[in-house]
Amino acid sequence: MLTQRAKPVDRKPMTFLESIYLWNIVKGMGITISHLFKKKATINYPEQKRTFSKVFRGLHVLNRDAEGRENCTACGLCAVACPAEAITMEAAERLPGEEHLYREEKYAVKYEINMLRCIFCGLCEEACPKDAIYLSQTFAPANYGRKGFIYKKEDLLIPHPVNDKEAYEKALGEREVINKN
Amino acid sequence: MILLSIDLWFILGKAILIAAIIGLSFFIAMYTTYAERKVAAWLQDRRGPNRAGPFGIFQPLADGGKLFFKEEIIPLASNKILFILGPGLAMITALVTSTVIPWAAPFVTKGGSVIPMQVADVDMGILLVFSVVSVGVYGIMIGGWASNNKFSLMAAIRGASQMVSYELPMGLALIAVLFMTGSLQMSEIVRSQVENGWHIIYQPLGFIIFFVCALAECNRTPFDLPEAENELNFGYHQEYSSMKLGFYLFAEYINMFISSAVMATVYFGGYDIPFVDESTWGLSPFWMSMISFGVLMAKISFFLFVFLWIRWTIPRFRYDQLMNLGWKKLIPLALANMIISAAVMLLLKK
Repeated sequence: MLTQRAKPVDRKPMTFLESIYLWNIVKGMGITISHLFKKKATINYPEQKRTFSKVFRGLHVLNRDAEGRENCTACGLCAVACPAEAITMEAAERLPGEEHLYREEKYAVKYEINMLRCIFCGLCEEACPKDAIYLSQTFAPANYGRKGFIYKKEDLLIPHPVNDKEAYEKALGEREVINKN
Repeated sequence: MILLSIDLWFILGKAILIAAIIGLSFFIAMYTTYAERKVAAWLQDRRGPNRAGPFGIFQPLADGGKLFFKEEIIPLASNKILFILGPGLAMITALVTSTVIPWAAPFVTKGGSVIPMQVADVDMGILLVFSVVSVGVYGIMIGGWASNNKFSLMAAIRGASQMVSYELPMGLALIAVLFMTGSLQMSEIVRSQVENGWHIIYQPLGFIIFFVCALAECNRTPFDLPEAENELNFGYHQEYSSMKLGFYLFAEYINMFISSAVMATVYFGGYDIPFVDESTWGLSPFWMSMISFGVLMAKISFFLFVFLWIRWTIPRFRYDQLMNLGWKKLIPLALANMIISAAVMLLLKK
């Protein structure tokens, strides 16, 4: 015997009280009725939401800096780090006159995350040297088709901090802005 | 004009009463499905349906509407006439039993004529309930057989044998009650309880036997073997879809309602209000009828709740356990109960 946890099966013949079932049924019904007055384990989901912990890993957000420029340089480290191979991207060079849009000389024209593949491990966030991607506290909503689960750059980008301040702050939540260079 | 010397007002009154009772049965059955889901949820620490309307009270309407609009599939290899007859028969037998139950205290008009709140006060009342319930087996049997599906047939045979074997102890338990009333008439059974106290006081064991058998007759858990999902796929209504399935499910809930009504009438004094003599209140006959009807409905609701409560507590019996319980435990118990109560009656009468 490897563990001491094994319990021998009770093979005693049933007593008369047990054999007529009735008493045990009454006991069982007592247990179930007590649950009628217990606190419910579930909540009314769309109206009520449970609070997540601060380290909850939900939907990805592509970050901007304080002036609203995209942090991502399309280095591809997140895609390499991704164990589920959910991230694809295409890089492009920043043209003169686009300095207010992208922070560095290289940026991502296309950035897609397949939420059906993603396992929300957060390795992309750890791999990113520019603080360009992080996992937020919202989780991926339901969708009718597979296509809807492939999140494009527009879906992932955080709102503009200058032009759309309110939405930006809402999306940022309790996260602190880190400035990595 | 007199047609065959039948009082047309009498027929009209009965027609209204029949319509009211059928409507009531459907309404209660609808809301028992809702109650079933709510009670199940509460007993399992959940919330239950709460989306359709306030507290989800329109859920049964949504469910019923859905069943009407579902595609109706009649298997090619089935016997079409019997396939359609099955659910209809189940529904009719479920509804017919409600005829003999006295729903409220008789309504006395100003002219002094008494209108009984009962469709038919036949002198073999309770026997009629039994005979109609035993016809209810055919609903299951025909439906299961006409589906031309092995699982359905197995379930139907199970259901039939279960209902036949549980009718015996049910009848035996009832005989002990009939010793006391000396009549099969439902109104007489209620009247004797109003005078001498409820039968549950004199026949507690008989009531327990009757209740267990009623569970089995309604194919409710722990005796829902004809619908055993894990071993028979879905039981006798496996091939049914759309409102035919709905009829089977509805018939089950109406059966529950009616058997609760029978239990309340036979053992719990029917429409009688306990501990008080309501005739001294000086209420108008209309309100007397209404109050007594409300009391009966309260008793019925309690039994319905117990039905649901049992369903979400006890797992299903195995088939051999079911037969053991029926033939080896309940029948001897019911026989002993009958003989002892007969002996006691004899001693007291002397």
